[in-house]
Amino acid sequence: MAADVQVDAKGLNCPMPIVKTAQAIKGLTSGQLLEVLATDPGSVKDFAAWAKTTGNELVEQTVDGGVYRFVMRKK
Amino acid sequence: MDESINLVVFSGTDDKLQAVAVLAAGAAALGKPVNLFLQYWALDAFTKAKIGRDHGLAPEAGAEGRAAVDALAKAGHAPWAETLRQAKDIGGVDIQACSLSMDLLHLEESDLDPLVDGVEGVTAFYLNAGEGQIVFI
Repeated sequence: MAADVQVDAKGLNCPMPIVKTAQAIKGLTSGQLLEVLATDPGSVKDFAAWAKTTGNELVEQTVDGGVYRFVMRKK
Repeated sequence: MDESINLVVFSGTDDKLQAVAVLAAGAAALGKPVNLFLQYWALDAFTKAKIGRDHGLAPEAGAEGRAAVDALAKAGHAPWAETLRQAKDIGGVDIQACSLSMDLLHLEESDLDPLVDGVEGVTAFYLNAGEGQIVFI
């Protein structure tokens, strides 16, 4: 699934992956996809909570070699 | 999610201010309005003259805590002022100085870092907090 915008939050501690995500999603239009890469293990629960609270949909979530990848669709 | 998060920020050590910045940034990312009310030593840390300085750690940190915080900073963890700037960039974060603490520390509004949006009394803080939670740090 190709994202419209990508954010590299690898190496950043909590809460910066979510902060970068919230900043990036502002620039998208409804339906566009945002991909975020993070290495913070807390980000798994954080992205689920963020999607649930903000209404943006978490459409894809994978992990590869300690790098978490989240794809979200802007509501 | 319109329920506000309201942080009364009293302590001026870097560890507690970092905790404040993380709580504020997380709430802002969730779209919650965030109000910070700066009192006493926290307000002192937000002056132009001191914001970039080392503000020490809470007494319970000890030498081990100091080393842990230094290691986190060395690994690239953003200082609290930078985290707060990022939170304000998301929007919905308002930072106010307590007017009594301004008097206590003999400060003028022009002495404060631009992160601070203004000066208010406790009544205005409660009014803006509304039904939202209030946390004292």
